[in-house]
Parts: sequence; C-alpha cells; structure tokens
Amino acid sequence: MTSAPSGLGALAAAPVPPPPPPVRPLRGALRALPTMLRVHFAEVVAWRAEMLVWVLAYTMPLIMLALWSAVAREAPVGRFGEREFRAYFLATLVFRLLVASWAVWEMNIEIREGNIAARLLRPIHPLLSYAAQQASAFPMRIVLAVPIVIASLLWIGADVVTRDPVQLLLLPLTLVGAWAVTFLVMVMIGSLAFRWESALGVFDLWLGLYFVFSGYLMPLELLPDWLQSIVRWLPFPYMLAFPVENALGLIDRGTTLRALGIQWSWAALLLWGALAAWRSGVRRYSAYGG
Amino acid sequence: MTRYLQLFAIQVRASLLLALQYRLDFFLQFGIAIFWSTSTLVPLWVLFSQRPGVAGWSWPEALVVVGFFLALKGVLATVIQPAVAQAVSHVRNGTLDFVLLKPADAQFLVSTAHFELARLADLAGGLALVAFASWRLGEPIPPTAIAVSLLLFAGAVAILYSLFVLVLSLAFYFVKVDNLSFLLSSIFDAARWPSSVFRGVLALLFTFVIPLALMTTYPALALLGRIDSARVAIALGIASAFLVLSRLAWRRAVRQYTSAGG
Repeated sequence: MTSAPSGLGALAAAPVPPPPPPVRPLRGALRALPTMLRVHFAEVVAWRAEMLVWVLAYTMPLIMLALWSAVAREAPVGRFGEREFRAYFLATLVFRLLVASWAVWEMNIEIREGNIAARLLRPIHPLLSYAAQQASAFPMRIVLAVPIVIASLLWIGADVVTRDPVQLLLLPLTLVGAWAVTFLVMVMIGSLAFRWESALGVFDLWLGLYFVFSGYLMPLELLPDWLQSIVRWLPFPYMLAFPVENALGLIDRGTTLRALGIQWSWAALLLWGALAAWRSGVRRYSAYGG
Repeated sequence: MTRYLQLFAIQVRASLLLALQYRLDFFLQFGIAIFWSTSTLVPLWVLFSQRPGVAGWSWPEALVVVGFFLALKGVLATVIQPAVAQAVSHVRNGTLDFVLLKPADAQFLVSTAHFELARLADLAGGLALVAFASWRLGEPIPPTAIAVSLLLFAGAVAILYSLFVLVLSLAFYFVKVDNLSFLLSSIFDAARWPSSVFRGVLALLFTFVIPLALMTTYPALALLGRIDSARVAIALGIASAFLVLSRLAWRRAVRQYTSAGG
C-alpha cells in the first residue's frame, strides 16, 4: 500500500525520472484487490437503505408462490405440494438476492455520461474493477439473506434442504457460478452501450427470457419436456434454477455434477465473450466531454 | 376546462414528436413491451395446461384478469411513471418553482409532463387480451356488463394514479422517493392474479391497504356478470375517496414546499 505513493513522490522530485518498473498487470491487480473491495464495501454500506428497498422490491417469487400455492391447495402439481412450492420460491428469492448484479446499469450510465474515462485510466482492467464493485456487495447481501433463510427454515422445516454432503459442499460453487454468468452477461450487453444507445433495451429482452427460463416464475420441471430439453442447454437455468434445485435436493448428485460442468462452461464462454465485447467497444469509444 | 383539454393535447403532441424523433428506440420499446407481456403469460399457460381451474377461475376467466392487469400496467408505464420520475427530479433540483409559477394547476402539469407512448402497447395488448378471453368464454356479454366493467377499470386507474400522487407528495418531505415508487410498482405486480389466489396476511393487505382486488379482479368480475351493484358502488366510492385523499395530500405538500434552489 505505502510503496506506491512514495514511488510517485520520488518520481516527481527526481530531475531525471528513473525508468518505471516493469508492470505486471495481473500482479498489480491482485495487490489492489483488497483495497478496491474495501472501498466499494464502504459505498455499499453508505447506500444500505437504498439496497434494502431494492431487496423489498423482489416481490415476484412471493407473488408466484401465492399463485402456485393456490393451485397446490387443490392437488399437488407433479411432485410439488404447497410445502415444496414454499421451499422452492423462498430459495429462489434468497438466491436471486445473493447472485444479483447491477453492472449493466452502472456501465450504461458511466458510458453515457463519460465517467467511464476514469475507470479506463486506472492501471487495472475495468472489468476487474466492476467485478470487485459487484462482489463487495456480497457481505451486505448475506446479512439481508440470513434472516429470510432462518425464518423460512423455521416456517417450512429444515428437512427441505438436501441431505447429500456433496451437494451441500458444491452449493457455494453453484452460487459463484450463477453470479459469474449473471455478471458476465451484463458486461457483454453493457459493452454494447459503447456503440448503441439502446443497450438497455437489449438487456430488457434478455431479462424477459431470464424470467421465463431461469425458474424464477415456476420450477422448470413443470415446463413441457421438449421445451425443458432445450432450456437446459441455455444459460438461464444456471443463473438461478440450478442452485435452487441443488440446494433443495430436487436433482441427484450426478445431475448436479453434470449441471455444474455446463454452468462453468457457460461462465468460461461468457468470460471470453465479455472480454471480446469490451475490447471491441472500447476501441470505438471516444470520451464525451472535454 | 377546454383550456386543460388544449394543454393536454399539446403535451401529448410534444411526447409524440419526441417519440418520432427516436423512431428505432420507439419500436424497440414497443416490441419489448409486447414481448414482456407475452412472457407473463407463460406460467399461467403452463398452469392451465395441467388444471382446468384455479381458485374458482377458469383459463379464459383468469385471462380477463391478466388482460386488465396488462392494460393497467400500460397506463402506469405510459402516464404515471414518467410523470412521477419527472416530478421527483423537479423537487430534487428545485425546478418545481417553474411549474408552480405557471398559470395552470400544478398537479395537472406534473401529471401530463411526459407520455411514454411506446408503452401504449401494454394498454392495447391488455384490452385485446380481455376481448380475446371474452370471445373464448363463448357467451355473448351484455353491453351493460361491458359498461360497468369499463367504469370499474376507470376507477382502478384513479386508484393507481392516486397511490402514486400520494408517493409523490412524500417526495416533498423526503426528497428521494423514486425507490418508493419502484417498490409500489413491484407490489402492484401482485394484481396480475385473481384476488382469491391470495390468503392470510396478503389477502388483508391487498384488500385494505393497497386495494389490488378492486383494480383488476373487480372489472373482470363485472365483465363476467358476477358482481352485484353494491360492490360496484363500494368500489367506485373507494376510488373517489382515493382521488380526494391524494388531492388533499398534494395540496398540503405543495403548501409547505420551500424551494431547493436559491
């Protein structure tokens, strides 16, 4: 931490500037990461009331829960009774809260208003700084999620959670994967804002598909078989439905491992796509303003 | 009165010109609105492919409710949300003074400041869905039922509008309420199902605090001929009460408003 400022000071004082040390981008980024996380975490804490309102606005799973409970009251749908629906939609609520990201809106505003120039100047890849910003909200999200989880488990009973130790161990990995897919898609679509004003419109389209095919509105196994076999290859289920199904033991261990493979393949593919979209976007970019 | 109609026409024309200027964006918004509306039907379609009815509602009957919900959402997105967004920024930046100084009613000016015309797609789509569902019901609907239904829908618009004016009045005290209006619209999402779906606390909340049942279920019941005149009268009474209440709240808020600028 202290070496960088003093190095700068020496640079200003010396009549002949010494040659700059060879920059190792990745190492520098890793060194800066804890500080970046701390700064962004302070931001999140400062805006905590804002965040609480955003969380309260995640009403959709509860609205869907009311509908499907009304259905299940008459007779179970597939293997979903009232209790199973409760567990499913509360898990959906909590996991959505945990893996959510707002990078696309952030990028859109920064690109339009020109503030992104500040990010471009820093000696750290801007995508990494966006990632740090999003990740630093995680502790706050956990703080908000824990009471919901506890209340849900008291209400429904803890035995809705999977008993399989492998599935429990993989749970954090499925969530990180879901977060990565969510974030990288946002960066990819957000990079469109470099060349096109309507990038948020594209994201709205994506969001519409996400709502239907991510398991947010209903458990995916209630979809017709032909549709389900297509949807399982798309990225949407791996952003929400898969972690939920894994945590509740709705799928067996083998399926979990296979799905984890698909999820992380999507994450890798999207990482490549996000980097490419960003690079080609920045090349076209000329800052607004002075 | 004619002056206000003229003013209204002028404001609509300004929004129309703006929409025509950004044509591509307009059509994109239009398409997205239709796409979103269709996607809300998917869970319902999956549900009714397994069951003939839910909580006393058949597939076409539930579609009538969803249609009214979409239409109301169209009104919300076309008129109410842009107005609230603009008014909140007026309060925050102190530019509300310019609105208050104009020789017309400030609430009227704020409410008609901007129309997001692309979102009329929701209104049209919702009403088309209502018409389609009524046709699927197979029985001809008497004109009186249609009239009562439209009357109740107008009442629903009044309630929705009043709720947002109430939120807006809070902006004078708390300055930052765009989150609150966001929260209100996400609660309004619960109006997409017939009110008999909700039980317990939610049922009480949606009947007495935010009268969602009045907004979409009652117009649908009227169209299906399942509503009595007493309930129609109560619904319209509540709608009028909301209008009066929101008007009072607005006047009170404006009176104690001290400009932010200087």
